[in-house]
Amino acid sequence: MSASQASAVMGEPVGTPQYNETVVRCFTVATMFWGVTAFTVGVFIALQLAFPLLNFDVSFLSFGRLRPLHTSAAIFAFGGNALLATSLHVVQRTCRTPLYGGPEVAMFLFWGYQLFIVMAALGYVTGITQGKEYAEPEWYVDLWLTLVWVVYLIVFLGTIMRRKEPHIYVANWFYLAFIVTVAMLHVVNNISMPVSFFGAKSYSLFSGVQDALTQWWYGHNAVGFFLTAGFLGMMYYIIPKQAQRPVYSYRLSIVHFWSLIFLYIWAGPHHLHYTALPEWAQTLGMVFSVMLWMPSWGGMINGIMTLSGAWEKLRTDPVLRFMVTAVAFYGMSTFEGPLMSVRAVNSLSHYTDWTIGHVHSGALGWVALISFGAVYYLVPVLWNRDRLYSIKLVAWHYWISTIGIILYITSMWVSGILQGLMWRSYDDLGFLQYSFVETVAAMHPFYVIRAIGGVFFLLGSLIMVYNLIRTIQGHTREEGAVTRFGVAPAAAE
Amino acid sequence: MPTKIEKDSVTGVETTGHTWDGIQELNNPLPRWWLYVFYACIIWSIGYAVMFPSVPLGTTYFEGTEGYSARVEVEQELAAADAAKGEILNRIATSDLEQIRHDDDMLAFSVAGGGAAFAENCVPCHGSGATGGPGYPSLQDDDWLWGGELATIQQTIQHGIRWDKDDDTRFSEMPAFGDGILETDQIEQVANYVLSLTGHEHDASAAAEGAAVFEEQCVACHMEGGVGNKELGAPALNDQVWLYADNYDAIVNQISKPRHGVMPAWAGRLNPVTIKMLTVYVHSLGGGQ
Repeated sequence: MSASQASAVMGEPVGTPQYNETVVRCFTVATMFWGVTAFTVGVFIALQLAFPLLNFDVSFLSFGRLRPLHTSAAIFAFGGNALLATSLHVVQRTCRTPLYGGPEVAMFLFWGYQLFIVMAALGYVTGITQGKEYAEPEWYVDLWLTLVWVVYLIVFLGTIMRRKEPHIYVANWFYLAFIVTVAMLHVVNNISMPVSFFGAKSYSLFSGVQDALTQWWYGHNAVGFFLTAGFLGMMYYIIPKQAQRPVYSYRLSIVHFWSLIFLYIWAGPHHLHYTALPEWAQTLGMVFSVMLWMPSWGGMINGIMTLSGAWEKLRTDPVLRFMVTAVAFYGMSTFEGPLMSVRAVNSLSHYTDWTIGHVHSGALGWVALISFGAVYYLVPVLWNRDRLYSIKLVAWHYWISTIGIILYITSMWVSGILQGLMWRSYDDLGFLQYSFVETVAAMHPFYVIRAIGGVFFLLGSLIMVYNLIRTIQGHTREEGAVTRFGVAPAAAE
Repeated sequence: MPTKIEKDSVTGVETTGHTWDGIQELNNPLPRWWLYVFYACIIWSIGYAVMFPSVPLGTTYFEGTEGYSARVEVEQELAAADAAKGEILNRIATSDLEQIRHDDDMLAFSVAGGGAAFAENCVPCHGSGATGGPGYPSLQDDDWLWGGELATIQQTIQHGIRWDKDDDTRFSEMPAFGDGILETDQIEQVANYVLSLTGHEHDASAAAEGAAVFEEQCVACHMEGGVGNKELGAPALNDQVWLYADNYDAIVNQISKPRHGVMPAWAGRLNPVTIKMLTVYVHSLGGGQ
């Protein structure tokens, strides 16, 4: 904050660069907007699963079309905008140089990325899809995103290359790994031949099991590099900033970065256990997933241990609590992941709601909570406010969303394991004990609980948006001795 | 910023000497437990890769020291499951339906196996309790469209109803009497007559007119007094079991522009033993004849 304020006051930069904060503000607002959108659609489709009547027999409201709308809105719109906002903020600050390419290129990046989201979403609701999970957009959207992404890479890399610091900060390693790998995954998995020049339909280069393997190489590393590496980059900046403490271990950050990057890319085949994929490939996917456990936990250790010597801040600073709880959920789901990749466990968990629960402990617990922490950190900095409008509302948001996550994950664990056990249960004479429809009926109460969890999470995000809008407007709520870092220690006693 | 190693006042650990936007890093070593668990995972993974299929070798692959294959495993499990059932399955295969029905072991086994097959294949139409629904007959009662003997049930399951991919399928079609065969008022009269057969509320004078029309147009299939004809799949109209609905409008609709239910042929999709078990199961539901 001091750098940009100082330069603004003095009228000309004197050794302090003029950071591009406009584009970061735009991406931050987009993060909030798409977050609420993604959660709303999520709640609606959760209710559709509990009460199928809510499909209304309208094609563009049907679960099949809204489900990719929800996943893409959550991952690419909410998560993507959060990553773009923080990465462009972090790379400028930690390199002490403004964004490479100037404000025009940055704004192209912003509007280009929003256009990608809108084009993808319009395709989903009108039934235009290439049927690849998390890569549903058709060829014309893919080409556009490729262009935008290359610009992103150039802006980010150019900024790093013109840095004023001798070393590259760890957050930027993770952001760069995320940008480069996602580019590679996106291009390879989407290689396809359009049927006509003016038509949306295309056919993939790959077919059969090769297609499945390419898809899950993409799908798993979208989790690994978009939702893990990118957000670890975010974590490596905002936790030391909010906790006002040094990062726990430089050596750990090096070792876990390289081991994570090297191991993650091979783990995709664990999505294809017990399929036509050759067994040796399944085994490799599994063992690489198991080896990935500790490299993933390296990030958790570095995040949580950065608080060593400052644990008491968790009592007084709900923003920091968001960040640390996110890291805890990250640790939990990166333990659960390797566990579920083990073939014997997978034979029970695969195709059940357990997978949905696992994904959401990562998506709600890790990705969303760390992003909430990031926007709570960023908004006062970007709009030059002393503090957030209300710390109490942050605390309310924290508890409501955490309860929502717990309801979501536990109901899906129970439902998934129940489902898996019902599918494989035989009677004394060796016949299947349950028909499929009986297992669906058994899921109903858990689907209702899951939807309630989603409503909690959505309510929490609305509280956040209100709080942030009031902050941007420059309002503060009278809450005693409160700073950007929560309740002042003296007042907390 | 120049490198300037400092000592962190809180933990006493040295920094690496770099500062980025105010952020410093401590020079803590790798946590020992973290490193050892990481090593253990790597060693475990190597061991697993040695024991199980893991390395591609051109057109083949290293099969692992355990000789394990998921494909072989599932074949063995299925074979073991069949072997456990084997003896009784063979008996069912070689017995006729009456023998199965009168043998306690085969009957119990068929009801269980037929019930499982029913749950997987039949409930979408006939309902999880086999009670049917509008347009889908209940199998719980003794009112049969095509007959409730073991042999006729088996015939229906094997070849289906109005299933044009099977030459032996059961077939009959009620004419659309609204397409120029009967006048509107005649249709209304017949509907009143049909309602009168079961004591439903009706217009007595119209029903009397309808009786004559019925005599002329309907008895060929539905028989005298509307008792139905299982040879033709013509439903009985003189009982309280209705395929669609027991109200005036529904009956007028069915006479004017009849709907015809379709059931797929299951021969070829289910094996003969399963069809036998399914037959015995359906027969056992309460209405078997």
